[in-house]
Amino acid sequence: MDNLELQKFANEVRKGILTGVHAAKAGHPGGSMSSADIFTYLYCEELKVTPETAKDPDRNRFVLSKGHTAPGLYATLALRGFFPVEDLVTLRKYKSYLQGHPDMKATPGVDMSTGSLGQGISAAVGMALAGKMDKKDYRVYTLLGDGEIEEGQVWEAAMYAAHKKLDNLVAIIDNNGLQIDGEISKVCSPYPIDKKFEAFNWHVIHADAHDFDSLRAAFEEAKTVKGQPSLILCKSVKGKGVSFMENQAGWHGVAPNDEQYAAAMEELEKAGEALCQK
Amino acid sequence: MSEVKRAATRQAYGETLAEAGGLYDNLVVMDADLAESTKTAMFAKKYPERFFDCGIAEANMVSMAAGIASTGKTVFVSSFAMFASGRAYEQIRNSIGYPRLNVKIGATHGGITVGEDGASHQCLEDVSLMRSIPGMVVCVPSDVIEAREAVLAAIKHPGPVYLRFGRSAVPVINDTPDYKFELGKGRVIKEGKDLTIIATGIVVESAMEAAKKLAEEGIDAEVINIHTIKPLDEELVIASAKKTGRIFTVEEHSVIGGLGSAVCDCVCANHPVPVHKLGIQDVFGTSGSAAVLMKEFKLDGEGVYEQIKEILA
Repeated sequence: MDNLELQKFANEVRKGILTGVHAAKAGHPGGSMSSADIFTYLYCEELKVTPETAKDPDRNRFVLSKGHTAPGLYATLALRGFFPVEDLVTLRKYKSYLQGHPDMKATPGVDMSTGSLGQGISAAVGMALAGKMDKKDYRVYTLLGDGEIEEGQVWEAAMYAAHKKLDNLVAIIDNNGLQIDGEISKVCSPYPIDKKFEAFNWHVIHADAHDFDSLRAAFEEAKTVKGQPSLILCKSVKGKGVSFMENQAGWHGVAPNDEQYAAAMEELEKAGEALCQK
Repeated sequence: MSEVKRAATRQAYGETLAEAGGLYDNLVVMDADLAESTKTAMFAKKYPERFFDCGIAEANMVSMAAGIASTGKTVFVSSFAMFASGRAYEQIRNSIGYPRLNVKIGATHGGITVGEDGASHQCLEDVSLMRSIPGMVVCVPSDVIEAREAVLAAIKHPGPVYLRFGRSAVPVINDTPDYKFELGKGRVIKEGKDLTIIATGIVVESAMEAAKKLAEEGIDAEVINIHTIKPLDEELVIASAKKTGRIFTVEEHSVIGGLGSAVCDCVCANHPVPVHKLGIQDVFGTSGSAAVLMKEFKLDGEGVYEQIKEILA
């Protein structure tokens, strides 16, 4: 896909996020919106996984370590044909296959059940280890929140991945700077994130989470790295795409009411129309 | 009479894993810097390409095992029971239990017979913790013969299994021609009609010894070995409750949430009879040799006998 197509797709992902979260009257729109372009790039360009190859043992894998942003993953998977887009409104509902946090047993295309922060990256390291053990070429990607890396387990995983020289592993951090209780720099600063991962012997790449040229360059660079895992540290805007949600910690885990939903969707409709004019 | 052979169940764990490595090429073993103690080093030596020493980081080890299992492998993770079930409890619940991944937790050094290391290393809560996870099979072998069978059965069972092994050498009690192991099935070791002693793990031997002493006084005790605490062999427990009308449970574990609680849950609903839970009575362990601690906590044959006599009096 070219950048314009990716932008249009990401705009649809954002609409899907808000539609699901609004219908559920609960969920995590802020971090889902900041990751929307990353989800888009992964599933439209990088992973090359389709509904038909979703169980292929040789497929590339993705673990959503920041599992609370499931609405973003679900919208992306739906738009890529893993299940009907219409089902996004069942998010978080009783007996829905779109659970509040990713459930690999319930949702087509989900490679690992996550939700408890810090565990997803370890599972991704395990998948990468298995790939090396079996001499397979698949690559493993995992997306973390910047608040999530306050979890000690992330650093256990980071240490081991570098120790095992897992160059088939790419971790992406959605650095929107906000966690539930406020700015990450004020709650329990993980900065400098790049220096910490470099000290753990990772190859660190900086990217703009909302610029597809930047994301493309980062993911391509990661493929050239040998003998160490790569971290793509993505500077992002929480709530990206809806003006009144941007950079507001309050939108971490709150659903828009009917009025807010209508206003947000109108903004995204306009953004979509503008992209179509290009 | 020839001298009773003694060996630690962890020894059988290590030997059986090393043996199974040749039978199952998708078997992977992980440890957290305790491979010599948990005996997974035997597997590591034979199959280094399928062994991962994860360092002192149990939480990461358990979640990594989930990732490896998701690719179609059978994974054993090992550490001391304290750190496997305690430190990594939430990883076991969320990364393994919830997605029902094919990971076996081979926990060694369970119970007070860890001995000299003391309370910080004597896990008395692991069965309780693991039992509460939906779908988790919980198995506590009583000797090396049963430990070997349990490992092989765990490999064949699809999904999460918690296996508890001990540090100290214990007598071999299952070297009988009729011995048969089936996951989820208890074994009547001695039939009796006056009372039932249900035991698990290394204290099955204590139960047998206590029953012998009781027999000398004309008390005919039934002895049941429950190696699989979950799923519990309810049919067997209920049948024995109906037959004797009184149960004593014996475990090298807290009386809260372990075998005793499982038996209570079962008989309460089906055939209520008095159940007396012998085990660690809601206290921490302490340093000392395994033999001294077994005596002090009244879990050796003499101690179990005395406790039963006291309750009957």
